[in-house]
Amino acid sequence: MAQDRFQSHDYYLMDELLTEEHKLIRSSVRDWVKKEVSPVVEEACQKATFPKQWIKGLAEIGGFGPYIPEEYGGGGLDQVSYGLIMQELERGDSGLRSTASVQSSLVMYPIYTYGSEEQRKKYLPKLASGEWMGCFGLTEPDHGSNPGGMLSNIKDKGDHFLLNGSKMWISNAPFADVAVVWAKDEQGIIRGMVLERGMKGFTTPETHGKWSLRASATGELVFDNVKVPKENIFPNVKGLKGPLGCLNSARYGIAWGAIGAALDCYDSALRYAKERVQFGKPIASFQLTQKKLAEMITEITKAQLLTWRLGVLKNENRATPAQISMAKRNNVNMALQVAREARQIHGGMGITGEYPIMRHMMNLESVITYEGTHDIHLLITGMDVTGINAFE
Amino acid sequence: MKILVCISNVPDTTAKINFTSDNKEFVSAGVTYIINPYDEIALARALELTEGTGGTVTVINVGDATTEPTIRKALAIGAADAVRINAVPRDAYFVSKQIAEYVKQNPFDMILCGRESSDYNGTSVPMMVAEMLGIPSVSSTKKLTVDGSSATIEREIEGGKEIISVPMPFVAGASEGMSEPKIPNMRGIMSARTKPLKVVEAVPVPELAKVVSFDKPVQRSSVKLISPDDAGKLWEMLRDEKKVI
Ligand SMILES: Cc1cc2nc3c(=O)[nH]c(=O)nc-3n(C[C@H](O)[C@H](O)[C@H](O)COP(=O)(O)OP(=O)(O)OC[C@H]3O[C@@H](n4cnc5c(N)ncnc54)[C@H](O)[C@@H]3O)c2cc1C
Repeated sequence: MAQDRFQSHDYYLMDELLTEEHKLIRSSVRDWVKKEVSPVVEEACQKATFPKQWIKGLAEIGGFGPYIPEEYGGGGLDQVSYGLIMQELERGDSGLRSTASVQSSLVMYPIYTYGSEEQRKKYLPKLASGEWMGCFGLTEPDHGSNPGGMLSNIKDKGDHFLLNGSKMWISNAPFADVAVVWAKDEQGIIRGMVLERGMKGFTTPETHGKWSLRASATGELVFDNVKVPKENIFPNVKGLKGPLGCLNSARYGIAWGAIGAALDCYDSALRYAKERVQFGKPIASFQLTQKKLAEMITEITKAQLLTWRLGVLKNENRATPAQISMAKRNNVNMALQVAREARQIHGGMGITGEYPIMRHMMNLESVITYEGTHDIHLLITGMDVTGINAFE
Repeated sequence: MKILVCISNVPDTTAKINFTSDNKEFVSAGVTYIINPYDEIALARALELTEGTGGTVTVINVGDATTEPTIRKALAIGAADAVRINAVPRDAYFVSKQIAEYVKQNPFDMILCGRESSDYNGTSVPMMVAEMLGIPSVSSTKKLTVDGSSATIEREIEGGKEIISVPMPFVAGASEGMSEPKIPNMRGIMSARTKPLKVVEAVPVPELAKVVSFDKPVQRSSVKLISPDDAGKLWEMLRDEKKVI
């Protein structure tokens, strides 16, 4: 990628709603992304590898468990800080943000929220420092939008459980040291547990050939009679609300993250439109280009206001899952539309790795599907406003 | 070893520069402020020099309360404590006098500044501070190492470099190459919340110079291209439009 000339856009002076510390956190993550991510992300995506050197930096800038209390190695920061970190990471690349989201919201969050004190002490500090990386296994080959139908199961063998089944599309799986896994017990109740790499019968084959999130490693989790010690089961949650609680936290971060991707596309398109001359004028002087740019910044600004308010509600513990669904759905779709329009503004250059646009656009095709598809979130809003379940 | 790093609060290098209608004052509304980039290099080197040695780095800024976010950033990067001389910086003489007065009461082994600040590019503060304290000063420092009670400094000069040895205490102005600016990490940002930031009232300083006005550079006009086979047109334009021949 050419030099990262990103400048952020704040049309409604939203910065006035942030604290100085929020802004310092944001600028630090942005500086880190410009220094360590932008110069290598294009090549990483072309080669479909996750640059492992990012892990240490991600840990240092607060990418792993920023809102987990300090006594467990987290940052003890608020939800707006978490959102801003996700926004800046996804401004760099959605795959980078995915790695941080999974570690924070899908691995550290459940261990902190549902785990025993021993589990918290054993795993959280190492996950916060990046010494251990985690993954989250919910989706199965035949159960994506309907995780409640999962087939993975555990059987009580007295001093341990025996786990069988498989998970698919699992971010970070190929290199994860620990996995938070959801499976049904003999009563058909969903239970959560922590698996460690090296447990007999537990393998993590990598998924190849993705056209999206190429800088994030994705794989399967295969459980073939894995002996899971009883102390690895989460004592404090039973049922689907366990994994859904994690998804709430991750989706909240994605709602912010998507704004980062959209800002990067808009910023690049705005600059390109002012510099690129056709018919003797910058293309920014044509009404059709201005329409695209004006609509982009309008949608970005609306999304910024939505997430900021959601962040305040989340800080006050008042954000409902349906509110989070609305923000995730709106913002990811917004980012995808911005990426598509931005790509057109860049003309042929827009399909190359010289500009981040095509990469963001392809990444966002995963983001609009994972953590609840675009349509599933619509049904959640529909159910919330009508009181009628349209899923089944 | 105690190091003082002078931190200037300057507009972001990409900020739009505007002045009031009488051209006397900079319009700061809507401008993001940052640590002067050369000061960031000085701070980074100071932290490297004290790391693991039990030494400390203090940052000092002459400014009103609006500069505190910039000072907090310096604390987040790693300075142990900070001093803010409570006054709007009027000019280099004013700023230098405030810093020198503070150092007279609170001695340091080394005072590092940026070689210049990216707003007014005066380049005078490091030299003035040194002069007021009666200690050596070195400008445009590209490398700085400490041996015992003196330091070896590599200075940038036209077409080459100069190696200098100075006894402590001294003042040096940091240039590119002395170190790499550091990005604050999360632990640093969190610990900066509780690090001491002392506010000291300014000493009176006579006003020796006054800004009459600021003028922005004249906008470059657009370029007209003339094809090589139409060279006569160039001659006509120079004669009729520009009236230079
Ligand atoms: C790159 C990537 C990384 C991922 N990482 C993880 C991870 O780390 N951990 C994890 O557990 N999972 C992960 N996932 C899985 C992801 O969450 C699922 O892909 C997602 O939930 C959708 O499931 P599915 O792919 O089985 O699609 P399906 O559920 O089969 O959906 C196919 C289509 O049918 C629609 N549909 C389904 N049900 C309904 C309905 N009732 N009404 C209307 N439309 C419906 C959907 O909206 C969608 O358009 C990842 C996926 C990707 C692509």
